[in-house]
Amino acid sequence: MDRIPILRMGEYLLVTIQVDMHDQLALTLQDDLTAAVQRVGAKGVLIDISALEMVDSFIGRMIANLSRMSRILDARTVVVGMRPAVAITLVELGLSLAGVDTALDVERGMRRLRASVEESGASIVDLDD
Amino acid sequence: MTPENTAVVDLLAAQQEQILREWLAEVATTGRSAGGAAGAKAEAEALLNALHDDLRAGAEASKTDAPAWARTHAVLEALSAARAAQGASAGETSHFVLALKKPMFTGLQQRLASHPALLWSAVMAVSTLVDGLAQWTASTYQRSREEVIARQQEELLELSTPVVKLWDGVLAVPMIGTLDSNRTQIVMESLLQRIVETGSELAIIDITGVPTVDTLVAQHLLKTVTAIRLMGADCIISGIRPQIAQTIVHLGVDLEGVTTKATLADALALAFKRSGLVVARAKTA
Repeated sequence: MDRIPILRMGEYLLVTIQVDMHDQLALTLQDDLTAAVQRVGAKGVLIDISALEMVDSFIGRMIANLSRMSRILDARTVVVGMRPAVAITLVELGLSLAGVDTALDVERGMRRLRASVEESGASIVDLDD
Repeated sequence: MTPENTAVVDLLAAQQEQILREWLAEVATTGRSAGGAAGAKAEAEALLNALHDDLRAGAEASKTDAPAWARTHAVLEALSAARAAQGASAGETSHFVLALKKPMFTGLQQRLASHPALLWSAVMAVSTLVDGLAQWTASTYQRSREEVIARQQEELLELSTPVVKLWDGVLAVPMIGTLDSNRTQIVMESLLQRIVETGSELAIIDITGVPTVDTLVAQHLLKTVTAIRLMGADCIISGIRPQIAQTIVHLGVDLEGVTTKATLADALALAFKRSGLVVARAKTA
């Protein structure tokens, strides 16, 4: 079965959604990501959705939920690279993704993630055990 | 072909010159003819030829919408499009066609004076035919006018929503005119597209030129702001006039969470501040 890869970069996790999401894929990602955050003790999650062309209300909610779940597990989340069409669709669906941090591209997203992790005072620990 | 159609075809074949002359004279005396006399003559001649050809090919006078009238329709279409472009009114355009009646009647009268029954049916046929054609011309004329209006509306829509780059990483949209769903949609799309293209982190929507803000307009603005935020950029709404500030509060619209500034200059100053830029005078004079 398809899976969305979750890459680890130090204390951050990188999720790049390269295919159009279907519901089962989204649920698997939710499981995988929460497990990964817990296992690695990640301080930040970056979700790149620049290749995502189509969203429905389920996927929209899923993106918001991923962000909230990571937050509960003490990891900051930034969603980057949302396409204009996707943004318009989400707004028309009434999903404003309140509380979700966003950035234009991966680079800005990483900067933002570092800033918000530093701000929250999380200590940087050596994860390479 | 019915006998009255044959009579009309014969008339058109034999006395085209005379009918053409009388027709143009009729148009000139009773109508407020737009366009030069030469243009009208060419149009009239083309129309008479097309009429003659179509009638000969067996087109029925009572069914002016039928495809058998293709040649005549083509001529009339060109005629009404030309009139619409010249700014002639619908009345003038259909009058041009209707003026054909009189010379045709006169011609028929001269040729068929000795056959009253045939004369009567031929006159009826011509009357129905010319009426139908005039009606067809008027509706074609209206259609071409409507096309002109639709195109202008579209152009206006695109003209009125430019996205300008104010500074590196700062975009601005000066909104002018009433905001409706259609326009907001276009503004939103073009603004979001430009944000992606330029990688700008800040967008300023200036509503100085928006005459009124009601709940619907406010909702449209909020949608745009939310979409911009979702993409990872920030948005400032500027150019809020005192009257509009009052209206927004009275309507109970919640603009919390949206940065608002009184003028575009204030918004730009904030943009500079956020990106750590300082504007300073080079030298005191």
